[in-house]
Amino acid sequence: MIEAKNVDFYYGDFHALKGISMKIENNTVTAFIGPSGCGKSTFLRLFNRMNDLIPDTRLTGECLINGQNIYDKAVDVTELRKNVGMVFQKPNPFPKTIFENIAFGLRVEGINDKNFIQQQVEESLKSAALWEEVKDKLKKSAFELSGGQQQRLCIARALAIKPDIILMDEPASALDPISTSKIEDLIHGLKENYTIVIVTHNMQQAARVSDKTGFFMLGKLVEYNDTKKMFLSPEKEETQNYITGRFG
Amino acid sequence: MTAKTNQKIAFCVFRILGMLVVGLLFWILGFIIYNGIGVISWEFLTGYPTAGMTSGGILPAIVGTLCLIAGSSIIAFPLGILSAIYSSEYAGNGKMVQFIRVMTNNLGGVPSIIFGLFGMALFVNTLGFGDSIIAGSLTLGLLTLPLIIRTTEEALKAIPDSFRTAGLALGATKLQTINRVVLPMAFPNIITGLILSIGRVSGETAPILFTVAAYFLPKLPTGIFDQVMALPYHLYVIATSGTDLEASRPMAYGTALVLIIIVLLMNLLATALRRWFSKKVKTH
Ligand SMILES: Nc1ncnc2c1ncn2[C@@H]1O[C@H](COP(=O)(O)OP(=O)(O)OP(=O)(O)O)[C@@H](O)[C@H]1O
Ligand SMILES: [Mg+2]
Repeated sequence: MIEAKNVDFYYGDFHALKGISMKIENNTVTAFIGPSGCGKSTFLRLFNRMNDLIPDTRLTGECLINGQNIYDKAVDVTELRKNVGMVFQKPNPFPKTIFENIAFGLRVEGINDKNFIQQQVEESLKSAALWEEVKDKLKKSAFELSGGQQQRLCIARALAIKPDIILMDEPASALDPISTSKIEDLIHGLKENYTIVIVTHNMQQAARVSDKTGFFMLGKLVEYNDTKKMFLSPEKEETQNYITGRFG
Repeated sequence: MTAKTNQKIAFCVFRILGMLVVGLLFWILGFIIYNGIGVISWEFLTGYPTAGMTSGGILPAIVGTLCLIAGSSIIAFPLGILSAIYSSEYAGNGKMVQFIRVMTNNLGGVPSIIFGLFGMALFVNTLGFGDSIIAGSLTLGLLTLPLIIRTTEEALKAIPDSFRTAGLALGATKLQTINRVVLPMAFPNIITGLILSIGRVSGETAPILFTVAAYFLPKLPTGIFDQVMALPYHLYVIATSGTDLEASRPMAYGTALVLIIIVLLMNLLATALRRWFSKKVKTH
């Protein structure tokens, strides 16, 4: 379970997240929606500590995964990131072969067993619904894939290190409708084994893929509820306005 | 005048200027080849200078220059690349770091004779290496460090952060991300910098003048504390202060040609390596 307890986050003097508390159950898909700049990505990046890379930032409150405060001094950030994978807005495969892209996380862990790697690569590509398309060109550069395929490759790459949680920051916003729907199908399937948090600007997408939805505005979590409820009868007027496009 | 004619005129001017520069280059090259090719022979390449350096060969100078290339590369490549990695991946952007960067660039603009004097003072005298391959290599290595650091830094900066983020997000440490993702991608451009530095090393006279170069030494070095002859200095000697300048003129052109060929070969090697690595990086 993922839990944020009264989280505040600052970029220098800028107060980007304001008193956010939220619980996310295992094996669910949670969507974050909200206007640009409201802090969705910032909040998402807290859970694999990617915000650590940005200088001059400050966090108060607690972020817990399975009860463990991930900002505790004893936590090994690389171990955390192996447990919490991330998929970015723009597909960012390495300039390596398709095979080596997937194997990257394993090699980094010091795994050299060829058969094991082979098997993991195949399994990950299958889970990411990419295997059929690439099984004959695993030794080709990942750059030869289409944008949509590259994004599924990045998902497969994240799956290969067996995380429990996958964070996705607008994973389909750079893709065409067909690739987008493939990613959405994929997310549905992954729910069985993973906990997924996805940021999206696409209301329909949030409605289609998620169990719960959080609506952010100006650094605050305005409403967090079952997706059905959010889209049919939101409790807050701001949510209603945003979802129906009457935002202003 | 319309924008279109303007553009036409501009293109025309650029083309003429471009051709002028290339033409000039080929003219110099042609001039050296024309005057030097006659001297090139097996004996010239593998023999020792004779008759007051007006005949014979230039083997000691070729070997000397190759020794200096190797020596300075061994010293400057790792040092330069590691400094650049530190400065662009780890050091951040503090006042001190910026100051060091500016100083490094300034160092690149210091006349090479100053490096020669510094090398003489430190390596030859204070450290007591004497005129030797090691003193010359260290001096040349220092001379090329700014170039190597700058080109490597630029090669690293050209790699988009999204690749670093991707590596880190997969649980790789910073070092693993640099080693496995960033460096291989930057390698083709790093190599270009290294080869440029070799070109510089092979052509410099001033830094080796007081640190290693021998006026006339008809034998091959046996260790790093030996003096050697070197192509650029040999060229300078037989062109300006030999025993019989007229008689040694063809030797001078021949020496120049050999020097140019070495540099050209290095450049070809660089291009080949670059191609090979770019390909390998994408499909590795
Ligand atoms: N590296 C940074 N340094 C300073 N401020 C930042 C940084 N990243 C984000 N911000 C600020 O924090 C706020 C939240 O940014 P964030 O990227 O989390 O928004 P977002 O909801 O993901 O927006 P979008 O939908 O456009 O991706 C914005 O006002 C942004 O300007
Ligand atoms: Mg965002």
